[in-house]
Amino acid sequence: MSSASSSQMGQLVADKHVRYILMAEKKKESLESVVMDHLRMNGAYWGLTTLDLLDKLGTVSEDEVVSWIMTCQHESGGFAGNTGHDPHILYTLSAVQILALFDKINILDVGKVSSYVAGLQNEDGSFSGDMWGEIDTRFSYIAICCLSILKCLDKINVEKAVEYIVSCKNLDGGFGCTPGAESHAGQIFCCVGALAITGSLHHVDKDLLGWWLCERQTKTGGLNGRPEKLPDVCYSWWVLSSLIMIDRVHWIDKAKLAKFILDCQDLDNGGISDRPEDAVDIFHTYFGVAGLSLLEYPGVKAIDPAYALPVDVINRIAFTK
Amino acid sequence: MHGRPRKASKPEEEAASAAKAVKLRSLQSQFMTYHHDKIYTKEAIELSTKLLEINPEAYTAWNYRKLAVEDSLSRIGPDPSLVKPILDEELRVVENALKQNFKSYGAWHHRKWVLSKGHSSTGNELKLLDKFQKLDSRNFHAWNYRRFVVELTNRSEQDELQYTDDMINNNFSNYSAWHNRSVLLSSLLANRADGFVPEKKIPDEYEIVHQAIFTDPDDQSGWFYHLWLLDQTVNVESPLLTSSWPSHGSSVILSGAGCFNGSPSNFTTFCSETGSFPLILYFDQAVGGVSSLTVTLDSELKGNENLVWEPISNKSSQVSCVWVARLNFSSQPCGSKDYKVKVRLGNSPGIVSSRGFNFSAPYEFVFTAHVHDPAKDSQERIVSWTDGFELWDAQSKDLNSLVTLGQLNAGIDLKWRQAAIDSEIECFRLLADSKIGKLTLARLLMASEAMMSDAAVKGVHYEEILQLYNDLMALDSSHHHYYKDEHSVAFLHKVTSSSESLSRYLFRYRDMNNLVCLRLNKLSLSRIASVNKLLFVQMLDLSHNELHSTEGLEAMQLLSCLNLSHNRIRSFSALDSLRHVKQLKVLDVSHNHIGKHSVDTTRYLCSSPLSNSDLSQDDVRRQNPGLVTKYWDAYFVLRDLNLKQLDIAGNEIAGDEFNSFVLQVVPKLVWLNGQKPGN
Repeated sequence: MSSASSSQMGQLVADKHVRYILMAEKKKESLESVVMDHLRMNGAYWGLTTLDLLDKLGTVSEDEVVSWIMTCQHESGGFAGNTGHDPHILYTLSAVQILALFDKINILDVGKVSSYVAGLQNEDGSFSGDMWGEIDTRFSYIAICCLSILKCLDKINVEKAVEYIVSCKNLDGGFGCTPGAESHAGQIFCCVGALAITGSLHHVDKDLLGWWLCERQTKTGGLNGRPEKLPDVCYSWWVLSSLIMIDRVHWIDKAKLAKFILDCQDLDNGGISDRPEDAVDIFHTYFGVAGLSLLEYPGVKAIDPAYALPVDVINRIAFTK
Repeated sequence: MHGRPRKASKPEEEAASAAKAVKLRSLQSQFMTYHHDKIYTKEAIELSTKLLEINPEAYTAWNYRKLAVEDSLSRIGPDPSLVKPILDEELRVVENALKQNFKSYGAWHHRKWVLSKGHSSTGNELKLLDKFQKLDSRNFHAWNYRRFVVELTNRSEQDELQYTDDMINNNFSNYSAWHNRSVLLSSLLANRADGFVPEKKIPDEYEIVHQAIFTDPDDQSGWFYHLWLLDQTVNVESPLLTSSWPSHGSSVILSGAGCFNGSPSNFTTFCSETGSFPLILYFDQAVGGVSSLTVTLDSELKGNENLVWEPISNKSSQVSCVWVARLNFSSQPCGSKDYKVKVRLGNSPGIVSSRGFNFSAPYEFVFTAHVHDPAKDSQERIVSWTDGFELWDAQSKDLNSLVTLGQLNAGIDLKWRQAAIDSEIECFRLLADSKIGKLTLARLLMASEAMMSDAAVKGVHYEEILQLYNDLMALDSSHHHYYKDEHSVAFLHKVTSSSESLSRYLFRYRDMNNLVCLRLNKLSLSRIASVNKLLFVQMLDLSHNELHSTEGLEAMQLLSCLNLSHNRIRSFSALDSLRHVKQLKVLDVSHNHIGKHSVDTTRYLCSSPLSNSDLSQDDVRRQNPGLVTKYWDAYFVLRDLNLKQLDIAGNEIAGDEFNSFVLQVVPKLVWLNGQKPGN
């Protein structure tokens, strides 16, 4: 089977997911919102991208979102997870991604933001998350993705950045957060994505990594993040997009995966959870819908596997100068 | 966010949670005030402690604590008895936070930050790690932190290897332990540490990992470690040359444009408009440093001093398995002179694999070039793929010189390797009912074939290998296409394993003066392989198969006609490798799936602005930005090809708009879909 067909398995209750996201956005004082207060920027990116994939971005107030984003920018140029918090590369990418969705990158002082990100590169090519120096290949991906969207990739030493990522390659073909760290689907997505964006996928042993990735599919049809772990909808993104970038996605059963994602929906209240019958959240709703997009589920816009933004957004940025 | 059951909350639960939210919100507000006003009093710091106890993910609070620590340290001075309690408190706060969430990046980083201030309680750190290992032996934060502490304390790799031993003996289903073992062992082997020689250690490791695999064949923990051991057994560190074109002992007839003069063996006739022919070197792994200094040419063909060698790879890479140089023959007088060419490599250092090993064994090969007169009439004719083909008889000795390669790598301490493979094959025959048993056995038999030197026995395993992959397609249907691809690879290895088997697929194409065509159509091939044995191919029919990409064909530098009709090609980006095949004139991709799918699985395997490569502008791009964006991959791939004949009918993308766009991008095209454009 080459693509998911809605008639053969459950249905995507898209309208319910849209309602779920819009309501979650409004519930700023729920316990869940308050606990996640510091990563609201990520939450906004997950929610808004999902809306765009379901062609409902118009249901939010663009001006409200954009002005809130700008209150999160620091004098250093970096963005915080929410107003008042400290800047960090994680939220800087999400901010830039949201602005790309709205085609509002032009409101940024691109020089300032890119300098903040570029300034986080270390001598060995790695990237720190913020001034406190935590190093992780997630940040390498974030920097490369962010600067590429801003068309300022030349502000960093790309060769060294790639070199550092390659130093995190393991003997099973996967990648970890730092050299020697265990392969994990999330890190693999980050490293493969960064290598894809910099035209460096020749560093990946596609067959070796492809086999490791395709063996993430469990008997349930869902994907796990590393051997002998439980399946989780978020890996439908990280494993799937990695497989797509290295052209090995045909090594998994796509129909079975689509069915697993659909089974994780809350058909009554909307939202998608990590596993069937678990509590839903925005994070898994986004990764479920994004996964279905990669599986060519009808009614979902195509998403770019490296930038994690709709293809029309990325094509617009990449092909017009 | 993970593993919480879905249930409607009762009113009491909602009220309790609302109250918690209010409390937390007020803590957060107060904290923010302290943070922005840079207040680091005891009371303020206590507040952050409370906040982190409830919510260890509040990263700004960890930042605040670092500022508070730095503020305190700046005031009390360097006296260790004063510094220690401050840092100890931080470690206590981290430990509490980790109890809440032992996957908190912020907490682990804070601990590293504290330790890097020179706090010397590293003995405690290992004890703490043991505690976390017992709670969750797969916690990668803990394993990463362990590596951090090990480096800080200079623990030996041998001691850490013993630690992985203990973990694995305790519970073999610990992928994290196997991973760490692989890191340590490969380092010890690479550094030639005491007692760590591959021929002794690798067989020992096979014994150890067997327990993991055989105890529970469905548990993946040992699978990838075993695959790594296999790689260490089969792959020699130093790079080797697996094939070349022209090959050793062959004769090549060279001619200018419009040749095909009708020579006895058109097997090795090469015609070129540019008066040069490619010299191809195919290594067993990616190497760099191939140049006229490291590869020396001894040739009677004048004008070929200081050859330029290029890797067949994308522009940002200086390494490749395949290297090409173009030898000039146009400045030689034609006629019946044979020019000998001797190629030598490995005499001077410089060819290095991407893993850092030198190509060291000197090797040389010799071939003869015969320069022919070009034909007077160079009329181009349309190539038909359906008629004009005759089975070619394989009596010619030329064919043998092409397929005897493979033993360019003879003799390099093969004994322990072959013994290990044989022993593994015996073992895995006992597991032949399980998926991992069949898959490992198939891989072992492939490895055995690759190492086999005795021509009489070579090829004997392929039937069993193909059967194993057929079994696996039925046994593990979720991974059907993985086994299908492996089946295609094994099949092509079988086809190219002897001149006898290869000759069944060789035909002559009458309309091109009996040029030899390799016809591999209707074989259910989903993947291309063994290209190193097919470098001589100039005309290739892969129609009616299941290919979705031309990955691998970039090495076929002599290829001028390619038929990919009736396959599963989904986009032009999947044809990116053909941009390296400068000889390609005729391409048939009709009846494929181009334009049918919204997901492009080769989007980033194609050089374009998306991957920040190939950013060049030209008139087509300037004048048709909309169409270039819409058909970006067709644009970037086709503009790099010098096609004369192209077939794209039977694809969803084909139509008036796309067809006329193609003619703009490839102005020199003579036939599109069998017609001359403008007719």
